[in-house]
Amino acid sequence: MTTTRLEHAGHVGHAGHVAGDTTVLLKRSLRHILRSPDTIITTAITPIAMLLLFVYVFGSAIRVGGDSYVDYLLPGILLITVASGIAYTAFRLFTDVSSGIFERFQSMPIARSAVLWGHVITSLVANLVSLALVVLVALAMGFRSGAGVLAWLAVLGILVLFTLALTWLAVIPGLTATSVDGVSGFSYPLIFLPFISSAFVPTEGMPGPVRWFAEHQPVTSIVDTIRNLFAGQPLGTGVWVALAWCVGLLVLAYALAMRTYRRKLG
Amino acid sequence: MTTSHAIEIAGLTKSYGDQVVLRGVDLAVPRGTVLALLGSNGAGKTTVVRILSTLLRADGGSATVDGFDVAAEAARVRESISLTGQFAAVDEILTGRENLVLVAQLRRLEHPQRIADELLERFALSDAAGRRTATYSGGMRRRLDIAMSLIGDPPVLFLDEPTTGLDPQSRNEVWQTVRELAGHGTTVLLTTQYLEEAEQLADRIAILHEGRIIAEGTLAELRQLFPPTVVEYVEKQPTLEEVFLAIVGHDDAGHTAARNAEHAVTQGEPR
Repeated sequence: MTTTRLEHAGHVGHAGHVAGDTTVLLKRSLRHILRSPDTIITTAITPIAMLLLFVYVFGSAIRVGGDSYVDYLLPGILLITVASGIAYTAFRLFTDVSSGIFERFQSMPIARSAVLWGHVITSLVANLVSLALVVLVALAMGFRSGAGVLAWLAVLGILVLFTLALTWLAVIPGLTATSVDGVSGFSYPLIFLPFISSAFVPTEGMPGPVRWFAEHQPVTSIVDTIRNLFAGQPLGTGVWVALAWCVGLLVLAYALAMRTYRRKLG
Repeated sequence: MTTSHAIEIAGLTKSYGDQVVLRGVDLAVPRGTVLALLGSNGAGKTTVVRILSTLLRADGGSATVDGFDVAAEAARVRESISLTGQFAAVDEILTGRENLVLVAQLRRLEHPQRIADELLERFALSDAAGRRTATYSGGMRRRLDIAMSLIGDPPVLFLDEPTTGLDPQSRNEVWQTVRELAGHGTTVLLTTQYLEEAEQLADRIAILHEGRIIAEGTLAELRQLFPPTVVEYVEKQPTLEEVFLAIVGHDDAGHTAARNAEHAVTQGEPR
């Protein structure tokens, strides 16, 4: 009996196992989301509320040059959507760890990395749905873009990279947190970061040190790039800075998450 | 040697920082037997199980499961084992059937639906199969948990305190399951802090104390070492349970209670 099992395992290569097991686990966590769609809605609600608040309450007092304020604001709101969405990724992983099902998976003959990849891809899907909701609301509020298909695809590409980077970052508290509060707490600074950037107001009006920080942190370059793509403006060198931040964060977060994961496995 | 023993542990050590948990554990579990690892809370029972199920690395010593080294051949070990941890590790958002199908798919078995249906039937969970496990009672969760562990017929099964926190009826159901497994030739390593549980289920009993196995053998062998302790517990515990089960009623439980009562009486007779 043991021999049959081993032969069976030998037939499929390691990569095949990772893909197969990831698919099974992806279906599982997507089912979780379908059964609690509120996680996607609450992910979208905070950014939508900010969008409404800033466009209809503060917007009249904010000068952003020629653009309509909703056009100016949307890119930053999209990043906030991702930052609040990945809190659920950390939460779902934490739930698996604390319920013991994580250990069950680890003691089974499955590709170990599949457990994480299932959650990561789920995070990507859930965040893209939330992002689509936010964009729909923005369109209803008068957001207009002359961007062509390629520019939209470029926006999608940047958002996917940004989501993956933050998702791998979220894996770390998901694996290590000892309480639910600890899990969700890590995303607050990420949600706050866009406020000290060009997301809400141009950086030119900020006092020296704040302006320096705003212009050199990742959100500003990413927001400016998405804004330029939507407006059909030339991208300049900013796009490379934005991509460097996204890819750099992704690589760093992935490396740290995998290190945390290996430590967790003892 | 490797063929006669499903689990072999030699000189196993493990510390968490300054705290030494295992000081050199030696243990061999013959194939097809049920071994109960007895010990008080914090004795290191769970640490032993975690090392054997490849979730934790030992600091020193060696351990093989089904002939495979837990450190060097962890993937092979995972093909041979199933772990039922201290807390029922079921997915609460999925239904009972979906939990079983999930494990069958991850074990890459054919006909996962059929496997799930068979286990639901066997563990008397068919009626609750379509309900989310969050609505299950503690006993039902534990039964589902054990059912998930049996998928793929692993030759070695680890049960870490399988009845802790269960009411007597559920506990009797779990015991019945373990007896059936033992009857089918599965090697079971069971940890427990309940002496009666070890007595009811185990072919052999090992006592883990302060990081070492201080006694190991059949119940009869252990009785000769510590007669007063064993007799005392056997007399006391079933009596209260008998009262509880008699008051609570329940068909199945009543049956078991009667059996246990009978058992208690025989055990309680002066030797």
